[in-house]
Amino acid sequence: MNGFDELEPETAELVRPYVITKGRGLPNEEQLSLITLVTAAGDQLQRPTQLSPEEQGLLDLCTAGFLSVAEIAGHTRLPMGVVKILLSALTEGGYLITRPPVQRAPLTDRHILEEVLNGLRTKFG
Amino acid sequence: MGSAPSLAEQAYVRGGATQTAVKILVVGHFAVGKTTLIGAISEIPPLSTEETMTRAGESFDDLKGVRSKTTTTVAMDFGRLTISDRVVLYLFGTPGQLRFVQMWEDMARGALGALVLVDPERLADSFAVIDLIEQYGLDYAIAVNRFDGTPIREEGALREALDLLDDTPVVTCDARDPKSSADALITLVRYLLDRSR
Repeated sequence: MNGFDELEPETAELVRPYVITKGRGLPNEEQLSLITLVTAAGDQLQRPTQLSPEEQGLLDLCTAGFLSVAEIAGHTRLPMGVVKILLSALTEGGYLITRPPVQRAPLTDRHILEEVLNGLRTKFG
Repeated sequence: MGSAPSLAEQAYVRGGATQTAVKILVVGHFAVGKTTLIGAISEIPPLSTEETMTRAGESFDDLKGVRSKTTTTVAMDFGRLTISDRVVLYLFGTPGQLRFVQMWEDMARGALGALVLVDPERLADSFAVIDLIEQYGLDYAIAVNRFDGTPIREEGALREALDLLDDTPVVTCDARDPKSSADALITLVRYLLDRSR
């Protein structure tokens, strides 16, 4: 079901993480939080050729819709730090679109909490 | 990993282009029922991430064994629930005894609040995780996971044992039951709403 399964040991265990990330460091935390939603940029006219197998795999995973950063790490079984760095590079390269969560603010929080409350009641009431 | 992975359509966030993603933490000691509760609520099979754990304290005792002192362990598991066209809720669970600082910071940052699952027979095991939640400044509610046949401790005694504030909600739930688990979350969210006024 998941094409990452059979290939996971090679990338996650036989290659040291900084090789996969090409030595890059962790990106901005606000931009790529656990619940930042990620998808492939719509108009990729030319198929990218400069990507590593790991970057290509992440891009393929994100082509069919939105996933959170946490879900991407869960599906690929790559370490969270590695996933964030790769996603950051792909975003900088214009391959991905990221939607960070809204900034916390009292008014927004109340609206969101009311929405969560009503949603839970509707779905499980 | 170069081959195209294929996920079922339901694996993706349907309203991801417009929805606001929010998260609530589900915390508690090992085997208290966090993953069960997350699974009862989540619309996707719960996922997990792993962290590398270096047992630094032991490496000095046996220098020849240093290389083998690194191991991986499930660091957190999580699920997802579409609340509405506008909001998608993530539930993140992790045991309190795992002190991965980076992971806790990632989880706590921006979280709406936390549901602390406790086993009434092992209250002392919950101290560490409640300390962590308070340390990160998160509002929380206590959910007593009621395993079959276990007596429910009197609420006053439980509050005293956990040193709770008077307004901290305490509910009982069955983490295997979606409605019961949702009720515990509803109690937490109502409390968070009260706190935000």
